[in-house]
Amino acid sequence: MASPRIIGSVVAIAVIAGAIAAVAIVWRPAIAAIDPPAPQSFDSALVKHGRDLAAIGNCNDCHTVRGAKDFAGGLPVPTPFGTIYSSNITPDAETGIGRWSEAAFRRAMQSGVNRDGQHLYPTFPYDHFTHVSDDDDRALYAYLMTRQPVRAPARANDLAFPFNQRVAVAGWKVLFLRHGTTQPDSTKSAEWNRGAYLVEGLAHCGACHTPRNALGAEKSQASFAGGDVDNWHAYAINNQSSAPVPWDNDALFQYLRQGWHPDHGVARGPMAEVVSNLSEVPESDVRAIATYMAGVFGPPTEERKLRGDEALARASSSQVQPANGGTTTGAQLYVAACAPCHATDRAPPFGGINLALSSALTSPDARNAANIVLSGIRPSAGERSPIMPGFADSMSDGQIAALLDYLRTRFGNQPAWTNTSDIVRDIRRTQTVSLQRDQP
Amino acid sequence: MMTLKVNGQDHKIDADPDTPLLYVLREDLKLNAAKFGCGLGQCGACTVIVDGKAVLSCVTPLLLLEGKKVTTLEGLGTVETPAPIQRAFIEEQAAQCGYCIAGMMMRAQALLARNSKPTDAEIRAELQLNLCRCGTHMRILRAVHRASHLMQTADASPAQRSAP
Repeated sequence: MASPRIIGSVVAIAVIAGAIAAVAIVWRPAIAAIDPPAPQSFDSALVKHGRDLAAIGNCNDCHTVRGAKDFAGGLPVPTPFGTIYSSNITPDAETGIGRWSEAAFRRAMQSGVNRDGQHLYPTFPYDHFTHVSDDDDRALYAYLMTRQPVRAPARANDLAFPFNQRVAVAGWKVLFLRHGTTQPDSTKSAEWNRGAYLVEGLAHCGACHTPRNALGAEKSQASFAGGDVDNWHAYAINNQSSAPVPWDNDALFQYLRQGWHPDHGVARGPMAEVVSNLSEVPESDVRAIATYMAGVFGPPTEERKLRGDEALARASSSQVQPANGGTTTGAQLYVAACAPCHATDRAPPFGGINLALSSALTSPDARNAANIVLSGIRPSAGERSPIMPGFADSMSDGQIAALLDYLRTRFGNQPAWTNTSDIVRDIRRTQTVSLQRDQP
Repeated sequence: MMTLKVNGQDHKIDADPDTPLLYVLREDLKLNAAKFGCGLGQCGACTVIVDGKAVLSCVTPLLLLEGKKVTTLEGLGTVETPAPIQRAFIEEQAAQCGYCIAGMMMRAQALLARNSKPTDAEIRAELQLNLCRCGTHMRILRAVHRASHLMQTADASPAQRSAP
């Protein structure tokens, strides 16, 4: 039988070891501040490369309040744990990252730790950015450090205990942050490998399109199975996709590059900024993303292909007059408010997509359709973009729900949505962050 | 048969419930201020006010108007006694061909009713959905500011306006 003294020693050692382990997990040193480097100290080709990478990373989307200064942060990002405000990543010395060395920037990208040594919330998707190469981090750093410095102090996050404790993030990382898990696959093409590197890393597609667990981490066994973002549903983009027509490599490329595809419609909601950014990066990178994602979708089954062909046939033969005689509120609203654009022979982008091809209507989640009908599609300032009037001011929740239920039944070819009225009411209340951002 | 309340008056309308409000205004009620531009809810020339909100009458079927109050430009003022928004547009000469202007004024009116002193950016965001091909945007902006000012001063009262 061990003496109390030995037991005491063992306990003491265990406590000390535990404390050391805890410190090792939690504590990160500050990295020395630098004087903000002069913009001309960066190679212009590197800056240009960093600009393309920042566009692929969609950095401006979260780090810019629409209508405000680029990369100055302050955008509220709603999460199940509270609201997190994006940070200022301009090279302002006091409120931005002006005093960050390249090593500090790289550590933030790879490990989610700021220059002071604080853990960053994984709203900043370093679970993806950890896969970005050192060279690409260098280019991103060069790009950001040559932007206009903007003085914009960080807004305080609105998180409940214990999520307001950054220490908790250290535990999250132990559970969910994996470094170096993406390796090149020599059996696949160089284009596929480039796509895998971008999609799993900088482009962080899974951050929206993969469902998350109770602790806000992506469910690794459900990659690309569909997730949530800003009160929109990010569609499943694997073999569970519910798009009426199966996606293929060319359709993905065209959609990501130009923002719309005749068989799939236009990218809107939070995806609008993504395609806007991808329209300006090297075409080969968008090709690579499409090639990799086509593999993630996988080849469609015969049955799936058949349903796609049927949807295309329905779309080309659709009549403006509803088949049921148009006596219900939903049918009458469709004829008067939707059909003028959505049931014509004008193909997108000049006409609305035939609703037999609408992913919003075949989706298991009614929120995207509700968002679009309520808010419409506002024009994007300074670029060509699709537009659609919103109906929030002319239709009640009940009328929009009746319309959505009608569209789902007539065009979705799927079981009816439940609780459509509740969804419309919630969406009207929250509207969407991306649309609010369009307001000055 | 339904009752449609336009500019304070009830009208008995005999039309299908999916008939666009614009057609009824122009063809049945002969209220021609709201214009047919695109018929697709994309240009804003048909904008009217329904229960205080700017609505595109070409994609608003009658069935949505049960029990609601429709206001058209004719309901705001007349040639003899123009409303502040109309007076402001005249004083700024904010029309070239004028086809879009009724819609512009209606959406601006709805904006000013809920925000009496909008900023330039707020006016631009609000009127983003109304297209003008002649390019009188800068005058339109000035006119909305002027209307905002007129509405806050006694100068805009009907008595003042009809005085010699």
